[in-house]
Amino acid sequence: MITVIDYGVGNLFSLESSFSYIGEKVKVTGDPEEISKAEKLVLPGVGAFRDAAEKLKNSGIDEIVKEKAGKGVPIMGICLGMQLLFDKSSEFGNYRGLGLIKGSVEPIKEVIGTKLKIPHIGWNALKFPRGKHPVFRYINEGDYVYFVHSYYAKAAKKENVIATTEYGTEITAAAADKNVMGCQFHPEKSGKVGLEILKGFCEWEGEK
Amino acid sequence: MVTKRIIPCLDVRNGRVVKGKNFEGLKDVSSPTELAAYYSDSGADELVFYDITASSEGRKLFTDVLRETASKVFIPLTVGGGINTTDDFERVLKCGADKVSVNSGAIANPMLIKAAAEKYGSQCVVISADIKRVDGVYRVFSKGGRINTGMEGIEWIKKCVDLGAGEVVVNSIDTDGVKKGFDLEMLKAVCAAVDVPVIASGGAGQINDFVSLFEECPDVDAGLAASVFHYGKIGIPELKKVLKENNIAVRL
Repeated sequence: MITVIDYGVGNLFSLESSFSYIGEKVKVTGDPEEISKAEKLVLPGVGAFRDAAEKLKNSGIDEIVKEKAGKGVPIMGICLGMQLLFDKSSEFGNYRGLGLIKGSVEPIKEVIGTKLKIPHIGWNALKFPRGKHPVFRYINEGDYVYFVHSYYAKAAKKENVIATTEYGTEITAAAADKNVMGCQFHPEKSGKVGLEILKGFCEWEGEK
Repeated sequence: MVTKRIIPCLDVRNGRVVKGKNFEGLKDVSSPTELAAYYSDSGADELVFYDITASSEGRKLFTDVLRETASKVFIPLTVGGGINTTDDFERVLKCGADKVSVNSGAIANPMLIKAAAEKYGSQCVVISADIKRVDGVYRVFSKGGRINTGMEGIEWIKKCVDLGAGEVVVNSIDTDGVKKGFDLEMLKAVCAAVDVPVIASGGAGQINDFVSLFEECPDVDAGLAASVFHYGKIGIPELKKVLKENNIAVRL
């Protein structure tokens, strides 16, 4: 059973449908009590970091997610939800994230050439700089996934970067620290490859 | 490298796809959900559902099929047609659309773009512009290409991007339906003017038209077409194979 956290950021219809499609039970909820009982958590999100971080804080869900992370519950952040796992973001000021993965969220435009378009929209290939993470067990290096973002997560520790993609430079496509992982791309919009990643997450027990 | 996207567009009236060929393995050629799944399996990178319904009953049927499609097809879905207010955005986003394309609704009220971009993010707002040369000047047409708004095309697109549109679909009325290739001149002019992704529409007749598009307009991000895909003139797997052979980055 997957619990998708609904904290009023973005549309969760596709995400919910994609878990159902692969035969996984899924509950979409913003109820702190339900979330604290979850076996596996997904933190979605689109839009601006600040608004999302505030919504998590105001609802008290931020503390629950941190507590669940501490207890070893597998957590997957998606897109903005992945960025929120990091310490902080410089998007429209400086804002604190959940601090579950060390590092910060920075504008892509500072690291890529000026010729490339922002946001980075479209299908791009994954690279696994440190071998295949268990969540990616059913996919291969070079598989394409769908990205839409203008900021990227800069992990403080290289070993936390489990996938990268090439857009002017190597940018973080997925990061993980023990039982917490996040994808910058949208697995629920990445066709069969994306569904295989979600399946990999459903089977993942988290690293110690 | 981010790949060039191939985007089939499905015209939907009263919840059914308007025209199309009977593809092998497809039980119901008029079912948007079946066709969407077929295209997704063939390698389409994204789909556009264009609602050409006029009645409110038809709108309801449209959102029903959109919801059904989004629960089975997991690639980006863009919805256009009849989008005039942020409530219209809400209506289709709730049913699984990822992006919403505005055309006449933005011409009638350009602030719709700003309001939608602020509420849902620029990545969600696509400006679709029907442009035709009139006495050598690009003019924006509204109401499905019937009414000359008198606005200059490139200026209009720039304005929409400034208001928050995150992507541009350029539909050349001059090349649309002619099947002699995309309007490369018009597309180059748009690419030079804006820095958001540009999607070419209107004029695809054969595979080579897509090759020329991406070779001659490297800043174009995607090619959109309807009839060449629906009538089976171009198969997406073969199209992508040829693009790759021509060193154009595609998702295979």
